[in-house]
Amino acid sequence: MLARKIIMILVFSPLLLLMTPGSAWAAGENGAISSADTTFIIMCTALVLLMTPALAFFYGGMVRRKNVLSIFMQCLVIMGVVAIQWIIIGYSLSFGPDIGGVIGNLEYMGLKNVGLEASGTIPHQLFVAFQMMFAILTAALIAGAFAERMRFAAFLVFVLIWTTIVYDPLCHWVWGVGGWIERMGALDFAGGTVVHISSGIAGLVGAMVLGKRKGKDNSKEGIVPHNLPLTLLGASLLWFGWIGFNAGSALAADGIAVTALLVTVVCAGSALLSWILAEWYHHGKPTALGAASGIIAGLVCITPAAGFVTPLSAIFMGLIVGPICYYFVSTVKHKIGYDDTLDVFGIHGVGGIVGALATGIFASLAVNPDGANGLLYGNPGLLITQTLAVAATIVFVAIMTYIILKSMSLFMSLRVTEEEEETGLDLVLHGEDAYWDASGFNS
Amino acid sequence: MKKIEAVIRPTKLEPLKEALDAIDVRGMTVYEVMGRGMQKGQTQYYRGQAHFKDLLEKMKIEIVCADERVDKIIGTIIEVCKTGKAGDGKIFIYPVEKIIRIRTGESGDPAI
Repeated sequence: MLARKIIMILVFSPLLLLMTPGSAWAAGENGAISSADTTFIIMCTALVLLMTPALAFFYGGMVRRKNVLSIFMQCLVIMGVVAIQWIIIGYSLSFGPDIGGVIGNLEYMGLKNVGLEASGTIPHQLFVAFQMMFAILTAALIAGAFAERMRFAAFLVFVLIWTTIVYDPLCHWVWGVGGWIERMGALDFAGGTVVHISSGIAGLVGAMVLGKRKGKDNSKEGIVPHNLPLTLLGASLLWFGWIGFNAGSALAADGIAVTALLVTVVCAGSALLSWILAEWYHHGKPTALGAASGIIAGLVCITPAAGFVTPLSAIFMGLIVGPICYYFVSTVKHKIGYDDTLDVFGIHGVGGIVGALATGIFASLAVNPDGANGLLYGNPGLLITQTLAVAATIVFVAIMTYIILKSMSLFMSLRVTEEEEETGLDLVLHGEDAYWDASGFNS
Repeated sequence: MKKIEAVIRPTKLEPLKEALDAIDVRGMTVYEVMGRGMQKGQTQYYRGQAHFKDLLEKMKIEIVCADERVDKIIGTIIEVCKTGKAGDGKIFIYPVEKIIRIRTGESGDPAI
């Protein structure tokens, strides 16, 4: 019944928009379109698109074999849901003309008035597509926190509401013209607050509201990843895609894109090392999962800072973020006792916070004259601004996510039953098995 | 006739097959199994969290032979599979009531 309602909404809402007056194709306020920039951003859009399936691999390897398809489906279905949401209303709420610094208006609803005119130096619709990939990825990131227990229908509803009333406003605050965080002067090059802190906090709240997985605490052997090579494949593809994510956020094929690319690669490598060194010291062995986790922590950390910091600063940021995230996932999580299945908070939330604050320390006008100097370059004010942006993001996302999930739980169950959880989400929710071999080991 | 079941270390399967070949034992059935015993388990770490792996991977082989061959085969298994450390495995011997070769219908020792 619910599924039918969702389908009706998805099918009919674009039709309604078709009946509204056609696009105006207004001439952009910006200059001419550059072929080089357009080519570059088309390629970056494709790279960022790849990150969502890559994330499905990264996550898929870490869940148990009975739930691998369910996490793939949660990631992939967002490419449908958010794509439609973005065109119909999401882009307009995020990047439409500003209302009070809080949200975009509905002028771009259904991409009305959004044509191929220049937005900066690229066609407006290319900017729409590039930003759409960020909205998709952010929602997909959250799925890891409550993996292995959420109902698929509840997940669809959650994603649609969350993207509309949490991601879109936040995106406007930080990146929209006139958004209040942007006006305050906070720096977020490619989405430290918008993408990573927001998904990390939403994941943490989600994991707490849904509760722990069955058997999380009482099975002696614990719940372990079923296929680490899948996770390593995912981490590698994420690293590749992230180049589009960060360098592309320069929105031009220029020097800023190059510096963003370089620091992205360097910070990920440095965090890879610092993570495995931390665990080597802690329990005696550097692990492959640790290497994959370190790469992602480094990429998250450099995301707000890319385009504003030097390669040496990026190395340093990678060296500190690895052990901090490792400490959260290995120790803090178990002390507090929440079941963030795939450490969305521990890596994206914590890594994003470290990155946003580090931007306030290491940002340099010498790297990017459109940025700002950080604490290290004599401007402590930026660190305060960054802290405010981080705090605002945490508070807003935490409260809104909590309200969304609690309201939803009045109308529908968020979790599968205990018996269904035992059987596995692949079979129960999707009617499929990922692997034909039913030996059951490590299920 | 007897059935010999031996649970051994996975790394010992290939040398054992060779050694059994040398004493003209060809037929066997092999399984990948999980088990636990005196070797205890193994601690693994995932994102810094310790997981105790209770069941370890072993190979189990089954050989059926004539009564007088049993000691020779057991001797070979021990010779090849013994390292002297916990986890070398165990050998079990059962009486077999009847053996029938499906292709020919032969039964008893000729069917081995």
